[in-house]
Amino acid sequence: VPPAAKARQLNAPPFWLKPFVHVLVAMPLVWLTIGWAELLWIDQASLSLSAEPVAYTHNGLGLMALRTLVAVLAVTPLYRLTGWTPVMSLRRMLGLWAFAYASLHLGFYMLMELDFSLVLLWKEAMKRNFILFGALGFLALLPLALTSTRSAIRRMGGRNWQRLHRLAYLAGVAAVIHFILRVKGFQLEPWIYLAALVLLFALRFMPNRKRASRASRQPA
Amino acid sequence: MHIPNKPDWALPESAATPEALYANRRSVVAGLAAAGLLPSAAAASTDVGALSPLKSRRTIATDETPTPLAAVASYNNFYEFGLDKADPARNAHTLRPSPWTLRVGGLVNKPLTIDVDQWIARAPLEERILRLRCVEGWSMVIPWVGFPLSALIKAAEPLGSARYVRFTTLADREQMPGIGFPALDWPYREGLRLDEAMNPLATLAVGLYGRRLPNQNGAPLRLVVPWKYGFKSIKSIVAVDFVERQPLTSWNQSQPSEYGFFSNVNPAVDHPRWSQATERRIGEFRRRKTLPFNGYGEQVAGLYKGMDLKKFF
Repeated sequence: VPPAAKARQLNAPPFWLKPFVHVLVAMPLVWLTIGWAELLWIDQASLSLSAEPVAYTHNGLGLMALRTLVAVLAVTPLYRLTGWTPVMSLRRMLGLWAFAYASLHLGFYMLMELDFSLVLLWKEAMKRNFILFGALGFLALLPLALTSTRSAIRRMGGRNWQRLHRLAYLAGVAAVIHFILRVKGFQLEPWIYLAALVLLFALRFMPNRKRASRASRQPA
Repeated sequence: MHIPNKPDWALPESAATPEALYANRRSVVAGLAAAGLLPSAAAASTDVGALSPLKSRRTIATDETPTPLAAVASYNNFYEFGLDKADPARNAHTLRPSPWTLRVGGLVNKPLTIDVDQWIARAPLEERILRLRCVEGWSMVIPWVGFPLSALIKAAEPLGSARYVRFTTLADREQMPGIGFPALDWPYREGLRLDEAMNPLATLAVGLYGRRLPNQNGAPLRLVVPWKYGFKSIKSIVAVDFVERQPLTSWNQSQPSEYGFFSNVNPAVDHPRWSQATERRIGEFRRRKTLPFNGYGEQVAGLYKGMDLKKFF
């Protein structure tokens, strides 16, 4: 076996890793879908999505967008901490899940509250800071989703692509501010996500173990 | 003084309360103040089936469909038991609503110490089906059981200097897990101007759907002010005080730009973070228009004559 192919084999994620994470991340969406099917076609009084299924769905989608966003930002630090290459194979799929949940969150809001009027959305965003930050977070994710393919990385060049994809942090921070501004009274939960984002960002400044070890092997 | 027109749901006062009891209400309330004469009702709980039934006569009805009991008892804002809507129903089993003492004091001739179980056993209870509009933009229709707040006020005989009524919720860390976290400045406090409190729609509720209040709905005794946002309808009250100056109330104190002292339901005044023009009735998917004073304008608008309701929101 040529060494390059062997290295690929070693770094290939175990067969179960991606399906497992897909199922894990999709579970809330499946739950919501089943809940709505039950509400619309089986039992109108069902409480499986709480007494206010619209708010429950809206909040659930938003929270999942934020959680997957934090998860995707944890991938590289996790790899650096553990050296486990296969984890890197989760980065794109988690990013696309974050975008999917954010789109559903926004789409559901447009459907239930704004009758899909972009004019109303604009007005709301101009009037209310928390909508503005939510919109900002979504806009930051949009180019990342559009450039998520291998060919986009090739076209842009790795360095530019990486630079652009730092927008993920902006999206995360915007999403957390959106959350902080939305809750009533003082609540801890959004601040925990902010702390997680700050921690993950700080981990970026850890020395890269591969580069560091390569450097140490070089003769002085 | 403004005399409200009788709305179509209103029954004559004589039908609301038996004549004898009505004429005798002061002594009824005073009698309730005497302690320990009656067996206390079964402890209320989060399990609505286990709550003791209450006899009442319906005095305020509506043609709107009441929100199902399961929804009323599972979707609550009661931060003393957690911040999620589902938390109170999960956590409020630790509340002990019986026995319960309500203290009425401040600027009054007759300070009262009331055993709430006894009161409930003796008071002429009314069923009042009222709309509840939360400041968050959802609403319910709830068949409360209770009595007019004015009955309590008259029994306490406020002094001429009393202009406001302040209500205080229990703040017991042992019974209320949420007290450990400063979501608000505990204990929860609310207030009304005395004339608002005397309005016949202002209700002290002790039950809903014909039974004692579930803990998560504010057992054993809570306020219901249907023309104001729900947070004014303070739960699990331990103290009612008559004061001269506008009392500091919890949400107003926490975020004065968002939660005014009056907090009358007003579709024309947005909450800074969301519109108040519409609401979602629990059980419905589409939003409906919010009515000024939650549809009770005929009965209460006179209280605010000459006031700029955009300023005094």
